[in-house]
Amino acid sequence: MTIKLALASGKGGTGKTTLATGLAAVAAMRGLDAVYVDCDVEEPNGHLFLHPEMEHSREVQVPVPRVDEEACTLCGRCGEVCQFGAITALPNTVATFPELCHGCGGCTMACPEGAITEVGRAVGTVEHGRAEVPGGSLSFVHGVLNVGEAMAPPVIDAVLEEAPPSQLMVVDSPPGTACPMIAALRGSDYVVLVTEPTPFGLSDLKLAAETVEQMRLPFGTVINRAGMGDDSVDRWCEERGIEVLARIPFRRRLAEAYSRGELLPAASPEMRGWMDRMLDGILARREGAAR
Amino acid sequence: MVSGKGGTGKTSLAASISVLAPDSVLADCDVDAADLYLVFDPRRLDSEEFSGGSKAAVIPDLCTGCGRCVEVCRFDAFTRQGSEPPVVDQTFCEGCGVCRLACPADAIDFSPSLDGWVYRSATRRGPMVHAELALGRENSGKLVSLVRKRAAQWAGRKELDLVVIDGSPGIGCPVIASLTGVDLALMLAEPSVSGVHDLQRLLSLSSRLGVESAVAVNRWDISPEMTGRIEDMARETGAEFLGRIRYDDRVTEAIVARKAPVEHFGEGAAEDMRQVWRRAESLLRRQG
Repeated sequence: MTIKLALASGKGGTGKTTLATGLAAVAAMRGLDAVYVDCDVEEPNGHLFLHPEMEHSREVQVPVPRVDEEACTLCGRCGEVCQFGAITALPNTVATFPELCHGCGGCTMACPEGAITEVGRAVGTVEHGRAEVPGGSLSFVHGVLNVGEAMAPPVIDAVLEEAPPSQLMVVDSPPGTACPMIAALRGSDYVVLVTEPTPFGLSDLKLAAETVEQMRLPFGTVINRAGMGDDSVDRWCEERGIEVLARIPFRRRLAEAYSRGELLPAASPEMRGWMDRMLDGILARREGAAR
Repeated sequence: MVSGKGGTGKTSLAASISVLAPDSVLADCDVDAADLYLVFDPRRLDSEEFSGGSKAAVIPDLCTGCGRCVEVCRFDAFTRQGSEPPVVDQTFCEGCGVCRLACPADAIDFSPSLDGWVYRSATRRGPMVHAELALGRENSGKLVSLVRKRAAQWAGRKELDLVVIDGSPGIGCPVIASLTGVDLALMLAEPSVSGVHDLQRLLSLSSRLGVESAVAVNRWDISPEMTGRIEDMARETGAEFLGRIRYDDRVTEAIVARKAPVEHFGEGAAEDMRQVWRRAESLLRRQG
């Protein structure tokens, strides 16, 4: 059985990728069958820390309409049903705007002449490989949204489909609380919301917590760069009864190692300790829930 | 103001710039993590409801339980238990209306949803337009466009010639909505392997959109090496390099004190931010 663990945050740059790559690597170092899944397809960074050897790559396509001009009577029904302005009948032709299309299939279904078929349009790529870490190895999957494409969720869905069955799946979510984050978190067994102890961190944590509560997913928080700002995040978590899995202090030396792309549990025994304890806590929690 | 990577310090710099350029409207377009309200304690002058589209709901009394809606929905928004009428999970409803087209019993309600609010507010630094997304609702690109539209209209009425937009991380829909048609994209990068990688994708987006770009590096002294790489990348892509902002604990202290960094202290990172803005301003003046 796969445990799907997701790292997310309302605010960007709180340390999701550092923790996600670190936790996946620590699991592999401990001999677990683990996969790291980078769902931040707009700005994927996990490969910069895990240096995977890619074995497989495939294009992600979304269905968009193609109109058979011979069969089309310019009735305009397709434009009426499309909620996204992606297809519209003009006096002499039907115009399509593929980059606005959500791939719902509504126009194809509504066309009384059967003049619309669906064709694939490439929006990104999914890659799959393996990464070596000291004393082990793990599976690696990430997705890359093509530059200029607006919609990340189809690529995120493809990344999650590509992830091989494993004992532990660590999902690195895109920041924010909008559709990309929701697509990445869907079906998670446990969510870690990474935050920082500042007013911005707290405000964005509240939004992220509300979102995962609405999705009915169990979650806890990690306070990164602890000791930097104020104690409002701690107080809020205590009031709300939200578990704080770890408080990781800011160390300039670690920030420098991160900036060079070093995998932190390999670079620092202190970091390895934090990651080990977090992983223990999360796995124990899951076992408790299963019983 | 955009960054590609999250957490580079965009909002701190945007807050500072909006103080240094008081004759401007500040637009918080990071609508799914809007934070500028924490710095400027805005007093709302008016609010406007925002709908990004419609959402589906099953009308149980009309539903015959045929399950057609469940079959046609490509977003897995329907869940069904036994012979009960299916239920739509609003979080996953894309608002496409295909279920309504397919339903033989006309049992799908498909009405505009309330997805958020746009506020026009007065603050100590001047006018500010900001927004709030309703819980679990999307379409942040459309909301970004509405915030920008209201900010531009307000600036026009007050004869202000600048709108400062605080954008969101990434390169997807809300970022495209924030960048389209701006006079200058000010990109704040983080000096790390991730920061370099993410800036590259952002620069390629702005060039596709035909937008002039300028780059600054925040907390540059964490990695002089990566800062050098970012400066080289800016030069190679024809983006102006606006300067380096040093790592300074007082930036966080300012935010804790609910101040823009340039309001809270004078030298250090605050002076670097002033320098970045002076150069950005002269770029904008050169454009006329």
